[in-house]
Amino acid sequence: MSWLLVHFPQIVFYALAAVAVAGAVGVIAFRNPVHAALSLLGTFLAVAGLFVLMEAEFLAAVQILVYAGGVMVLFLFVIMLVKARTLPDEPQYLGRLAPAAVGLGVLLAVLVGVGVWGAAHGAPGDPAALRQVQGATLGNTEAVGWSLYRDYLLPFEVVSIVLLVAMIGAIVMGRKESPKEGGA
Amino acid sequence: MITTTHYLILSLVLFTLGVIGMAVRRNFITVLMCVELILNAANINLIAFSRQFGDLTGQVFAVFVITIAAAEAAIGLGIIVALVRLKQTTNLDQVNVMEG
Repeated sequence: MSWLLVHFPQIVFYALAAVAVAGAVGVIAFRNPVHAALSLLGTFLAVAGLFVLMEAEFLAAVQILVYAGGVMVLFLFVIMLVKARTLPDEPQYLGRLAPAAVGLGVLLAVLVGVGVWGAAHGAPGDPAALRQVQGATLGNTEAVGWSLYRDYLLPFEVVSIVLLVAMIGAIVMGRKESPKEGGA
Repeated sequence: MITTTHYLILSLVLFTLGVIGMAVRRNFITVLMCVELILNAANINLIAFSRQFGDLTGQVFAVFVITIAAAEAAIGLGIIVALVRLKQTTNLDQVNVMEG
């Protein structure tokens, strides 16, 4: 029992990581897009659990609300709308792009190696500092809010314009060709 | 003890699966899902480093990444709806209307 308590974070991490990887494999293995989307949902929820494990509770909530709630519904809605399950999906092999793929893979491995080495040798900071704002200890949501609205106010406003443009773009692309012809 | 390296390796696996999916699947909807996988892998990295260095910036940028992912999903799925209206397919190999 005490072994279980001591190793609880590891057990949770490996369980969530296994669910996330299994979901990711399902996304590219399932032929039916509905199954792939539900598999992706498993990955999203497992990643949200990992965020909680990393003490980023606010992002875990955002992950569930935006991804599992919003993006996933959008995906399923479009899959149903275009009846994608009846459409063929033949695998396409890389062909003459294979050398480029190998080169990029090697480059990626080098970059990841540098990143892992840096993470293992970098000076670790104090995780408690994540909750310190102006000398007071806050919850994760409040601390992220302080950082977002004090240090990153301009990027926050810009990203809201990005969302507005995306919304208008989705409406423009989703409507009929021409109101005169289509009668929309 | 779960270190940053554990999270980086998990993130690498998710990223690689996303890239493989984008390369081998020809269904536009599946390719968009693979993009979401890649962005999730990036978020895991950002938050793992945020935890290691005790700096909230990583979490703030993860919020931005989630926002961009939502915008990308909306635009991508809008393109799919327009594409199906035009070509009655979501197979990327049959989408060559912009080829010269």
